[in-house]
Amino acid sequence: MNILTLENVRKTYDKHVAVDNVSFNMPKGCVFGMLGPNGAGKTSLIRIITTITRADSGVVLFNGEPLNNNHPSKIGYMPEERGLYKKMKVGDHLLYLARLKGLSKSEANFEIKSWFEKFGIEDWWDKKVEELSKGMQQKIQFISTIVHKPGLLILDEPFSGLDPINTNLIKDEIDELHNNGTSIIFSTHRMEQVEEVCEFIVLINQGKNVLEGSVKDVKNQYKDNLFKIDYDGSFPEELVAQTKIISQKENSITVQLQEGEDSNALLRHLMQKNVHIHSFNEILPTLNEIFIKKVESSNQQNITTPA
Amino acid sequence: MNKLWLIIKREYLTRVKKRSFILATILTPLAFGIFFIVVGFIFAYESGETKRIAVNDPGNILNVSKIPNTKSITYSKPDKNLEELKKDVLEKKYDGVIAIPVISNLYDKKIEVNYFYEKDQLDIESQSSVQKSLERILRNYKIRELKLDKKQLDALDTEISLRTKSVLNETKDTSKQAAVGAMIGGFMGFIMYMTVFIYGTMVMRSVMEEKVNRIVEVMISSVKPFQLMMGKIIGVGGVGLTQVAIWAILIPLISIGVQLFFGFDAEQMNSELGGANMDQDEMEFFFQQTMKELGELNWFMIFPLFILYFIGGYFLYASLFAAVGSAMGDDLGEGQALTIPITIPVILAFYIMIAVLKAPNSNLAVWSSIFPLFSPIIMPSRLAFDPPIWQIVLSIAVLIGTSIFAVWLSARIYRVGILMYGKKVTLKELGKWMFYKG
Repeated sequence: MNILTLENVRKTYDKHVAVDNVSFNMPKGCVFGMLGPNGAGKTSLIRIITTITRADSGVVLFNGEPLNNNHPSKIGYMPEERGLYKKMKVGDHLLYLARLKGLSKSEANFEIKSWFEKFGIEDWWDKKVEELSKGMQQKIQFISTIVHKPGLLILDEPFSGLDPINTNLIKDEIDELHNNGTSIIFSTHRMEQVEEVCEFIVLINQGKNVLEGSVKDVKNQYKDNLFKIDYDGSFPEELVAQTKIISQKENSITVQLQEGEDSNALLRHLMQKNVHIHSFNEILPTLNEIFIKKVESSNQQNITTPA
Repeated sequence: MNKLWLIIKREYLTRVKKRSFILATILTPLAFGIFFIVVGFIFAYESGETKRIAVNDPGNILNVSKIPNTKSITYSKPDKNLEELKKDVLEKKYDGVIAIPVISNLYDKKIEVNYFYEKDQLDIESQSSVQKSLERILRNYKIRELKLDKKQLDALDTEISLRTKSVLNETKDTSKQAAVGAMIGGFMGFIMYMTVFIYGTMVMRSVMEEKVNRIVEVMISSVKPFQLMMGKIIGVGGVGLTQVAIWAILIPLISIGVQLFFGFDAEQMNSELGGANMDQDEMEFFFQQTMKELGELNWFMIFPLFILYFIGGYFLYASLFAAVGSAMGDDLGEGQALTIPITIPVILAFYIMIAVLKAPNSNLAVWSSIFPLFSPIIMPSRLAFDPPIWQIVLSIAVLIGTSIFAVWLSARIYRVGILMYGKKVTLKELGKWMFYKG
């Protein structure tokens, strides 16, 4: 079951094509990375999903139904450009945002109070937002995003401007929400953050979907069959001749296996030759490398075949 | 609808609870009160000094009478010649000497009189007082010398009171209608002008702040931009009505308090100002007539219409201000240029109103009270003059239509503007936004 399905979604501003026929599926309950360089159209896409703007054409299905006015209350969105009313009291502010998401006064009160307890910030209720430090405001912002228990949580560059403590705190909360079945979209241009948390990714460049799939599949698809072997003793001479060696240091070697070659066979061969092996690792490309490769190649295409 | 209500409530309550709002609401009428007290004191102020003026009258024009003293001048007529009197002035026995010349020709209409002083020049008020006294003295002198009958002379001056009456209803005296209408009209026009500016810019600033604060995208992930804009306009409008209502109660209370406490009132002030020329009867007539006119105005018609124009004008201008606010960035100065197309019609309307009050049925008045950007200010100023019903109906229909259009138009600009950062926006750009889809 997909919580989100996009089919040929297109959005133009004036003459600029912000989202160009993007299609992808987001399975329910997963953590989904929406990646792309700055200005790729991620935020435009999110604004369509959150019903802030409408697509010019294409279909967006939320839980299988076309987007409608009831859906915003099931979505929690923390935009990249975020802020709070500075003069409002923290408690009133959260109540206001929660009620706009459709919670009743008592529900909202209960939820906010329990979050305050969880974060140990019960005494903030009557403080004004402007009296809080930046980090404290970020906590409040996060609570406001999830207070209505959204089925889909969208975080646009969630860690930009966060201090390390809040980054960890929010990472933990995201884990917990994930374990409770919340579907989460992570939009960012920083790959290292995505690598550890996301199960699925979609890569957007210049408004187009250039790559999508589970992180594992994507990495396998783009791997170069590189293996790094740490060992004691001497490396068999005949192997040096037969295999393609990428780099070699003392007691460590990186080889690239050719099509049809089996990593188990290599390992077996080495063990027969009494090479003492410490580790045998496949080197998978990082998302960052895939990302750069993909973006560069798709930009290249655009240069050679102008639209 | 529920969300709109939540937004209206927040926009209203956060403003009304602010200390600055409470202060402004209470202090403004107090400031009015203090203003009147100060003005009252200024008009009631007398220097307290009395000038001693010696009169030199070689022609014996005064004869047995003497120039009557006033509050600030005492006249005396010592038996000395001019040179001796001048010496007395230097010795500070007198502040000055008036030298009334000998009148050789009784038919002279222009006579020069010298006043000699050492240091203390006669102030303007004393000058005119001395002049008036001398004129009266010379008039009596000439009446005496020419042997005229004073009674007959007095009969020459006739005072006319113009009483205007409509041939349709001759029992009704309408002579003060124009003045009262202008007063009420000017007052209502001025209130409209102020509220459009004060609360319109309040809406604009608040839209801009939400954008600069970056709260706006959080908001519109929960509510439609239109709801947010309307909630703000209605909420701030409520603040405006609250403030005007409090003033409408406080200002009369405070001015009554001031009158009771300091024992002077507008009537007295008027007489201090030069109402002295108006005799008591005329004065009474003026006030009676004014009160009568005020009472006879069709308030059941004027008041609801005023509210209607208030709402229509407010929605029209506040929504335009909201659209401009949404286009503004962090740089206030840059956005200020965008407000010019809105402020010009408001200011223009105010000046047209002044012309309209003088000629409330002129072509200018009729057309500008139908043109929707002017009508919220012009029409209320004409209401006291009984404008034809068709003009009121047409003007309100046009205003309501235009307000709805302005709200729609502004909403289209607003929804694009609030998400647009870091771009210098021109009017042309605003025009383009109107045609953006979804």
